[in-house]
Amino acid sequence: MNKISKFLLTFFSAIALIFVSTTVSFSKVVGDKIILGAAVSLTGKYSSNGVHTQNGYNLAVERINSMGGIKVGGKTYKFEIIYYDDESNSGRAAQLAERLIKQDGVQFMLGPYSSGLTKAMAPVTEKYKVPMVEANGASRSLFTKGYKYLFAVLAPANLYLDVAIDLAVEKNGGKPVKIAMAFEQDAFSQDVRLGILDAAKRTKSKIIIDDKLPKELNDMAATLSKVKATNPDVLVVSGHTKGALTAVRQISEMKVDVKMLAMTHCDAAKLSKQHGKAAEYALCASQWHKSLSYKDKYFGGGMKYASDFKKKFDYDPPYQSAESSAALLVYKDAFERANSFDTKKVRDALAATDMQTFYGNIKFAEGGQNVSKPMVLFQVICNDDGSKCENKVVAPTKWASAKLVHPIPSWSKR
Amino acid sequence: MLMVQASMDGILLGILFALIAYGMALQWGVMNIINIAQGELVIMGGYIAYFMYVLGIHPAFGVIVSPIIMYFVGWGLYKLVINKVVDRDLFISILATFGISILAQQLMNFAFGADVVVAQSNFGTTMLFDNMVTLPNAKIFSGVVCVISAIILVVYMKKSKLGRAIRATAQNARAAKILGVDTEKVYAATFGINAALCGIAGACIAITFTLHPYTGLPYTVRSFMIVIIAGLGNLPAVAISGMGLGIFEEWADYLLGTEFRIAAVFSLLVLILVYRRFKLARKREYLK
Repeated sequence: MNKISKFLLTFFSAIALIFVSTTVSFSKVVGDKIILGAAVSLTGKYSSNGVHTQNGYNLAVERINSMGGIKVGGKTYKFEIIYYDDESNSGRAAQLAERLIKQDGVQFMLGPYSSGLTKAMAPVTEKYKVPMVEANGASRSLFTKGYKYLFAVLAPANLYLDVAIDLAVEKNGGKPVKIAMAFEQDAFSQDVRLGILDAAKRTKSKIIIDDKLPKELNDMAATLSKVKATNPDVLVVSGHTKGALTAVRQISEMKVDVKMLAMTHCDAAKLSKQHGKAAEYALCASQWHKSLSYKDKYFGGGMKYASDFKKKFDYDPPYQSAESSAALLVYKDAFERANSFDTKKVRDALAATDMQTFYGNIKFAEGGQNVSKPMVLFQVICNDDGSKCENKVVAPTKWASAKLVHPIPSWSKR
Repeated sequence: MLMVQASMDGILLGILFALIAYGMALQWGVMNIINIAQGELVIMGGYIAYFMYVLGIHPAFGVIVSPIIMYFVGWGLYKLVINKVVDRDLFISILATFGISILAQQLMNFAFGADVVVAQSNFGTTMLFDNMVTLPNAKIFSGVVCVISAIILVVYMKKSKLGRAIRATAQNARAAKILGVDTEKVYAATFGINAALCGIAGACIAITFTLHPYTGLPYTVRSFMIVIIAGLGNLPAVAISGMGLGIFEEWADYLLGTEFRIAAVFSLLVLILVYRRFKLARKREYLK
């Protein structure tokens, strides 16, 4: 290489470097755009829920931008999101958080999908004091670490199914019930379990089976034989989509009669579609349902959101999408109240959030979790020939669109 | 009664594992390759049955279609990758098949999505002892299918020309080559047969358990264990240790709790390995 080309190379690299570093320093707000950063799982085992998350974010960005954007300091801004694929890998998610903040200069983050990945990213955003509004990490341990910059629009995992225990006690005439439970050994499901333990203590109920399912397991036959032998009042299962599908398949095949069956992830598992009538009467915890009566000016109500979402993405929105859209509404509200792009001020505005969205009321507790939105329980109800099964909200009573079927009819009568 | 239920569940589960292990023992014995991608082949076979189910064909026919397709998948894999590692170090073959397993997971994820899926057979349930013991007919069906395919394979290995060639190659590849056996072809067929067995097992799993692109590993681990316990080239022992393992798993689950199920299985593996070493050491002493 001769001298001139060496010189040219150095010169252009220097210019390139300057160019890169300038974009970095202005990257949080470029022109009239507020840049948000997100790592979501577009490939790997969480990819379907990762895509639900991304669709939820995108729909909200589009809606907010087209309805006047965000007004800060008398000027109108629009949202734009930089996405990276975290490959459903928590190590990668943490790296990408660093990259978004340090290289892309992002000052406001959105959450990834799943508690595990959120847990990996939170220490990074906390270190750089970058606010993160997340919509898909419900694990209780996210909110007990004293994070100051983490805000979750969803209810924490321990509240997922404790409503079901209360409901069982109520149906039992206020007397304590016998509980059987099977939970996968992962952060989220174990948090759901802690919630059940609290509820059992509160109602003086007795836990007669407490099985922990290994992650790789897709056979619950032994647990269900025990359930059959001990005849509990309520069976609680949480093990993501695999757990829900396995439980329903084996309960129907082994003809296990139990008065109440409560689960998580029925929505994501497309339980009513995949198992049809076999899934009937299962109770499912959900963060959101389209029939709830919450309202906001961007999406109207739940029904409107569901139809708009379906028009754009051609499938019904699972709650993962709805809560992701809500995260953007929270950001918009916080920016306008802070009237500034200073991360500290935006953080304080986020902490003071108290609003209603189509997804539910949002108000953050000290730890960052949303405490003003209760979970809903829906029950899978099929029509007579079992050709169509639907999720109907049965609790809390305020939003119930159907009456709870209790106890579940025995298999010999179904 | 609970123990009867646990044992029956265990046997039906074990038969399924045994079939997968059978394929592994075959290609391990013949080609000296430990196939880490065994579980992925199983899941792939399951997805074929699931795909038929989506198209409106009864998934039980998967046990016929899926082995045929999987045979060619196995054959193709041999021609593409395995033939390059077949006489090499064991470690290289493990690395190569590990690579295949990651690739297969990602491709399946890409093709079928990351949702957990099930295929419905609507076979109903058999109830025994006044409903105290319930056996899903889908599980009985897969048990029967696995046993039949295992028997067909044993007979085929004994009687057919290819079967004899495979056995000859397993005993001494060089000698077989000298006597005119096209070992290259034998290897390809062996790997194809292994994949076909995985295909059958996979189709059974689609109608009895759940499918997900990343759930292949447990099947690899189980079949590996069964082969270790049974020893290579000992096919009846593979069947027995497969069922034994199934029963042991269900009993451990019932007696110790689900969280100890896998731990119990691995402790058993350690015990057996230690016992074997002990026995072999005694034998050595004898010879001195």
